Amino acid sequence: MSARRIFARPARFAAIAPYVWMVLFFLVPFGFVLKISLSQTAIAQPPYEPVFDLTAGWTAIRVAFAALSLDNFRLLASDDLYVYAYVRSLTVAITATTLLLLIGYPIAYGMARLPRRWQAVAMVLVIVPFWTSFLIRIYAWINILQHDGLLNQILLALHLVSQPVVWLSTDSAMYLGIVYSYLPFMILPLYATLAKMEPVLEEAASDLGAPPWQVFWLITFPLSLPGVGAGVLLCFIPIVGEFVIPDLLAGSNSLMIGQTLWLEFFTNKDWPVASAAAIVLLVVLLLPLLLYERLQRRQLEER
Amino acid sequence: MAGELPKTDGAVDTAGGDAHPAADQPLLRIEGVAKTFGTFRAVDGVSLDIKAGEFFALLGPSGCGKTTLLRMLAGFEAPDEGRILLGGKDIAQALPHERPINMMFQNYALFPHLSVRDNIAFGLKRTGMARVEIATRVAEMVALVKLEGLEKRKPDQLSGGQRQRVALARALARRPQLLLLDEPLAALDKKLRESTQGELMELQRRLGMTFIIVTHDQEEAMTMASRIGVMNAGKLAQVATPRELYEAPRSRWIAEFVGDINLFDGESKLRDGHRLVIGTRDAGALVVAEPREPVGAGKFSVAIRPEKIKLSRRGPVSEAGHETAINRLEGVVADICYLGGTTTYKVKLDSGGMVQASVANSARLDVDAYSLNQHVVAWFTPDDCVVLPS
Repeated sequence: MSARRIFARPARFAAIAPYVWMVLFFLVPFGFVLKISLSQTAIAQPPYEPVFDLTAGWTAIRVAFAALSLDNFRLLASDDLYVYAYVRSLTVAITATTLLLLIGYPIAYGMARLPRRWQAVAMVLVIVPFWTSFLIRIYAWINILQHDGLLNQILLALHLVSQPVVWLSTDSAMYLGIVYSYLPFMILPLYATLAKMEPVLEEAASDLGAPPWQVFWLITFPLSLPGVGAGVLLCFIPIVGEFVIPDLLAGSNSLMIGQTLWLEFFTNKDWPVASAAAIVLLVVLLLPLLLYERLQRRQLEER
Repeated sequence: MAGELPKTDGAVDTAGGDAHPAADQPLLRIEGVAKTFGTFRAVDGVSLDIKAGEFFALLGPSGCGKTTLLRMLAGFEAPDEGRILLGGKDIAQALPHERPINMMFQNYALFPHLSVRDNIAFGLKRTGMARVEIATRVAEMVALVKLEGLEKRKPDQLSGGQRQRVALARALARRPQLLLLDEPLAALDKKLRESTQGELMELQRRLGMTFIIVTHDQEEAMTMASRIGVMNAGKLAQVATPRELYEAPRSRWIAEFVGDINLFDGESKLRDGHRLVIGTRDAGALVVAEPREPVGAGKFSVAIRPEKIKLSRRGPVSEAGHETAINRLEGVVADICYLGGTTTYKVKLDSGGMVQASVANSARLDVDAYSLNQHVVAWFTPDDCVVLPS
């Protein structure tokens, strides 16, 4: 009874806030984009038609509605360029996320096993790169990776290579940039779950005869799955739509969907196709989210 | 705890090498084991033999090193000095998963993502035991700790007492040569704790297994263990049966740590046969029995347990120096504490000292009870006294 009174009005407003946010900054813009994706490109201002003009009267609006079509989506499906861009985006995201998990997990695990006061230091070290602008850090990588950059100078000085290696504008450079940029997003959720886990569970497993690798696979890893899920999603979703890193570090012969979208929008001025591409991307990204949500709910229900 | 448990078993026992050491050889021999954390000497040169089939308790205040010693037996810590011999083989540096020793953890450490059945089967699966055999053994263990019907539950769907049973079954499933129990009952409420104590003892006796329990609860140690090792500041202060520990503590510290005690400091005055007279400040001259190991002159404490002190309105007649000499202390009742089975009286002596007497409430009506400020005589025989070096 009293609990209900404590959470009276202010609490209810707080509960509404996220929905207001969602409507204002997601659903309304999404509605615009959806509408544009169903329109046709036009040499006009704005560069598409039909345009809904609420002052033009009912008939005009009905005509505008009739002019909407799914043509842009058909175009996306029929043109290899787009299909390839989606496939490439997903491939890059899956590869990069796997790399991030393989690199991030040992780091997070190590952090979680440090003495308490060192954990705080390690945490700061993970977050420190955020103090410099993301874009500047990527440009710094260009500097390091270029023909006469730091990396090649070191390799030459150590006589590991006899000629400068081409790093820039390769997939390796792109993966390096992605892993470098997203690593904190993988480490932090993993660290959070691993730090919460009681080390005594690992002791119990080894006491029951499990060698270290079994302790990891049978106890530590399964118990850290919520963190793995969160880290994978936090990295995978933005990487699929990543634009800056592939644009600056990868070659230009194969584009990710983010780059394609940018081209359509700014170079081709084809807002409707760009919007359609964005809608498809959103749907593609919703799938893993829904899957994660489903898994989490099932875990909760099992309890 | 009911249930069948066949004694013979090859699958796990062979893992530990010689399961049956020679009759005179202890199952476990701890030799001068020490462990230092930084500058803190947690365990400081402990030596101890434990025979097969013993129920041994390590008792001590928190921070005395008992848990560190247990963790060294389990293999979670490696000793800096000394040897740990199990069945004659030094296992001091062996890893936890290589030892035929299992542990029941203080907060059970059940795997939250595994069911009761999988928790119990965890250790068995590590041995390469056949599936069918594992299933049989798990069913056996489940019956042993009376958890039938709960096999599919996850640990967080169990009560505290049920979790305790799963932990026990999991630790016993591999039939370890030695079972370590780290404060196994600390998380249970009093009633459940007492019934579980009985079950643990019964189980240990029936399985003929060797148990080492770590506890800070002296009653628990006294109830369950056949032998108790009292630890203080990293050292074993005394190893004895519960009775010996209580009736013949070896030091003042142990006397005070185990149970309640009255202590009178003084100096030995004269010897008369196997009676010793010790002059104390608070209780005057006390006639005490000569300790087993004769003592010379010097400073001593005379220790008497509260239940050894009798109270009466007028004390019994006694002749000083005689065989039947009795110590009499006079004073007034200063505090009464009714505990149900017994009543504890605090008597303020005429000399200013205090003495505590515990009297059994053998009759329902309080005809024998004393009231506050009543003048009483507290008396005890020389044999009730323990002489301890100060």
